[in-house]
Amino acid sequence: MTLAATAGLLTAGPTTRAAAETHGFLSPTGVEIAFLLVGLVTFGAALVTVTTRQLVHAALWLVVTLGGLAVEYLLLTAEFIAWVQVLIYVGSVVVLLLFGLMLTRAPIGRSPDADSGNRWGALTVAVAAAAALVWVVVDAFRTTWIDLDGPAAGSTEATGASLFQNWVLPFEALSVLLLAALVGAIVLSRKAKAAAAIATESTPAARSEEDRIEKDRSDKGRSEKDGIEKDGIEKEGTR
Amino acid sequence: MHLAYPAVLSALLFCTGLYGVLARRNAILVLMSVELMLNAVNLNLVAFDVWLSRTAEETLHSGQALTLFTIAIAAAEIGIGLAIVLAVHRNRGTADIDKLRDTAERHDPDGTDHDALTAEQSGEAQKAEATA
Amino acid sequence: MTTTTLAVLVPLLPFLGAVAGLLLGRTAPGFVRPLAVLPTLTSLVLAALVAVRQGGDAAVNAATELTPTGSVPIELALHIDGFAALVAVLVGLVASCVQIYSTGYLRDDPRYPSYAALVSLFTSAMFLVVYSGDLIVLLVGWEVMGICSYFLVGHYWETPQARAASLKAFLVTKLGDVPFLIGLFALATDAGSFRITRVLGAVASGSLDHPTLIALLLLAGVAGKSAQFPLHTWLPDAMAGPTPVSALIHAATMVAAGVYFIARLLPVFEASQAAMVVLAVMAAVTMAGSALAALAQDDIKRVLAYSTIGQLGYMTGALAVGDRGAAVFHLLSHGAFKALLFLAAGVIIHAAGTNSLAAMSRMRNLRDRVPDAYWTMTVALLALAAIPPFSGFFSKEAVLGVAEHVVTGHTEHAPAAAGWIVLVAGLLTAVLTAAYAMRLWLLAFRGRGAEAPDHGRQPLTMTVVLWVLAAPSLALGGFAFRLLPDWFDGRDLSPTLTTSVLGTGVALVGGIVTYGAWRHTTALTERAPLGAVAAHPEGDAAQVEAEAIATHEPAYGDIAYAPDPADPGRLLLGPLHRHAAAGFHMDAVYRALFVRPVQAGASLVRFLDREVVETYVRGAGALPRWLGAAVRRAQTGNVQTYVSALLAGTVVLAVAVVLVATGA
Repeated sequence: MTLAATAGLLTAGPTTRAAAETHGFLSPTGVEIAFLLVGLVTFGAALVTVTTRQLVHAALWLVVTLGGLAVEYLLLTAEFIAWVQVLIYVGSVVVLLLFGLMLTRAPIGRSPDADSGNRWGALTVAVAAAAALVWVVVDAFRTTWIDLDGPAAGSTEATGASLFQNWVLPFEALSVLLLAALVGAIVLSRKAKAAAAIATESTPAARSEEDRIEKDRSDKGRSEKDGIEKDGIEKEGTR
Repeated sequence: MHLAYPAVLSALLFCTGLYGVLARRNAILVLMSVELMLNAVNLNLVAFDVWLSRTAEETLHSGQALTLFTIAIAAAEIGIGLAIVLAVHRNRGTADIDKLRDTAERHDPDGTDHDALTAEQSGEAQKAEATA
Repeated sequence: MTTTTLAVLVPLLPFLGAVAGLLLGRTAPGFVRPLAVLPTLTSLVLAALVAVRQGGDAAVNAATELTPTGSVPIELALHIDGFAALVAVLVGLVASCVQIYSTGYLRDDPRYPSYAALVSLFTSAMFLVVYSGDLIVLLVGWEVMGICSYFLVGHYWETPQARAASLKAFLVTKLGDVPFLIGLFALATDAGSFRITRVLGAVASGSLDHPTLIALLLLAGVAGKSAQFPLHTWLPDAMAGPTPVSALIHAATMVAAGVYFIARLLPVFEASQAAMVVLAVMAAVTMAGSALAALAQDDIKRVLAYSTIGQLGYMTGALAVGDRGAAVFHLLSHGAFKALLFLAAGVIIHAAGTNSLAAMSRMRNLRDRVPDAYWTMTVALLALAAIPPFSGFFSKEAVLGVAEHVVTGHTEHAPAAAGWIVLVAGLLTAVLTAAYAMRLWLLAFRGRGAEAPDHGRQPLTMTVVLWVLAAPSLALGGFAFRLLPDWFDGRDLSPTLTTSVLGTGVALVGGIVTYGAWRHTTALTERAPLGAVAAHPEGDAAQVEAEAIATHEPAYGDIAYAPDPADPGRLLLGPLHRHAAAGFHMDAVYRALFVRPVQAGASLVRFLDREVVETYVRGAGALPRWLGAAVRRAQTGNVQTYVSALLAGTVVLAVAVVLVATGA
């Protein structure tokens, strides 16, 4: 979608409305302008991410997208989430993605087969979905405004209070989920030969985590780092 | 701020991510596109939460809380996803989704379909063993 | 006890013995032999009592309705006249002798319990046929006899000859039984009842509308059961069964059932002149053809089988000229001496280890090994050849006598043509009968060559029975022709001078010519060695016989015929010998007429089923298979394609839902 089409779609909404507004669409507030401009940058960066042929560039443009979104959050007065977004997404997720690109020996520079043969069907589906979604959303929230005056809706204090009063149980469950993901990632990323040797010996479920690590240590020496960072916790990679 | 802005941006970002998931060949690019989709959803959640908490309909800040959870889960998911991609890369030498066609129908004549099935199953069992 | 009760017990006791034998055969083998012999003996005694009580007077009638059918009722009825009483005695006598003989013959046979039970069941069915006063009950007995014959002929089912023969016997008799059934229904429709007395009454009052059709249909069944031309081909092959079975079923009783049936219902047949002529022609062809064939057979039992066919031809000839007394007289005496012939043949086969006359003619002193069989067989052969004063002479003379009466115009109820046919054929057959009887005796007992092996004495049960049956063969005739008219219709059965002289004369001629031929050819036995004996001569008679039957074709190249230059039959028959040995190629005719078309039809059906019907079935499956193959092309394995399709559908659904929700 081109920028012109995006702008046209956005302005198509207000021109179809006939009733008078208290908020005056024809004179948007500064926040709205800022939001629109950052949104354009974000959207453009996202488009580049999914269309560029250079894989590492795609990851970097993703950084731009995620950063743009963090700014949007700030504009929406959701400060805590904005910083969490920067920390987690830009800080670790993208780093992980870059690691992944490196470990799978992604080509640096242009790779001619970055897009599969499915792209025309994908384009059709995406455009249709976009059209449907935007139309429905605009039609539904034509007369809805967010009130951004007053204290920040997403300040750290407010978020923390809400989180640790109302959302404790999901919070704890989430930490268990993260633990499971950690263990799973470690298990999945073991070397194939060592895993096959362990699997043929006995039922893997009977063995404890430490035995497995010790066995791998006593097996062939490795030089490759297979460890994967997880939320700042480093795992010993050398065996 | 008119609610349409974040909502429309979120929809557009989502569909961009959708295109990426369906059209990109490299598995890591697909994961990136999935992140795009998740972020679009997050933006939506935050925008609505801010709107609703201002109108005092919502006191739980569920949108922002869910956004935090989504971020955490997305991080976990990307970790596992990358581990899987690495394992696939180790086994197949490629991270292309196009090449992962084990569920495809073999073009054998009738009567050997069950042989193909058992071969697939044993092949999958071997791969499952290898990656465990 | 009333005569009716005794008469009911006569078929009932062997039936109960059969059931008990079948049930107890495995669990209590010690009881099997008494259960086989005692009920049959008791039935003999009771049948004799019934005969004494009935004494040739008014028939004993008793009936109770068995099944209301809505139109013609079926009744469990007894009709015991003189014929029934005496035939029942014969059946009881022969059955008892056969059961006693079998205990020795099948001494070591593992299937003896089922064999004995089937023989008892058969005996019970024959009694039912003899005593029955209702045609459907008679038919039941008729069919049970047929199935017992199938099982008993197939007793040695390890040999392929027995398997083939039992099926052939069953199918050929069934070929006659289907028209028989239709004829019975037609008869009952015309006469309004299945009861024999009522049927005869209807005939007498002339209310039969289709006498010729009915008579011809019934004749088909009789021809099948009594092995008359053209349905006689099963009887020589049925000799693949054990000899006691041949004696009981295929000599004395079952094959006599057809003759007995015509005798019971003779007025029905007499109502149609055409049927009588057909019967006479049938009898004549059967008599002459079978006698010629008997002269060429190598298997001793096949000679006797063809002889049975011929003698039955005599009986049907007598019926064709309208005299049932003569026919049943011959039936009684033939039953006795033919059963004796078969049982003696069984003893000889056991002693010689072979059933081939060619092999026996190359053994010396066989008669010293089996003296009982030798003397009794001599008696029986003389009776067969109708030499006075043996019983066969009197009974055959009764038949020829009535034929002569018809020819000379002394009787009214038969066409003269039938009389001439029967008379001429009967005299010709008398020559041939004497010839093949003499041939059999000479080849079996006057062989020369190596000494016949001695396997010890024959079991007592086998030899005593021979003498029991020799008594009526010797003495029956002289008394019978005087006493029987009281039991039968009252017509004179005494031999007339003309036919006696003619008959005895031609028989003597036949015997002497055969003796001369034998003297001429017997020197060739040493120059042309031939023969094979059973592998287990120490086994019981049944085993020896089974092996003899199984080895005849491999040893001689044909089931019936042996390439023996020392056979007087060759000299006598000349160019006819080969055809006679093959039964004048009746089997080939049947094969071309029935077997080949049926097999062609079967292969056509198989072709249609495979190529036509199954093609449609497979074609019906082809369409779903193609559709499935087309659908399977969507399984590319490409996850992105799958998700694209999924999401496209989702988008469409979402838009549709929105449009519906907003009422557009």
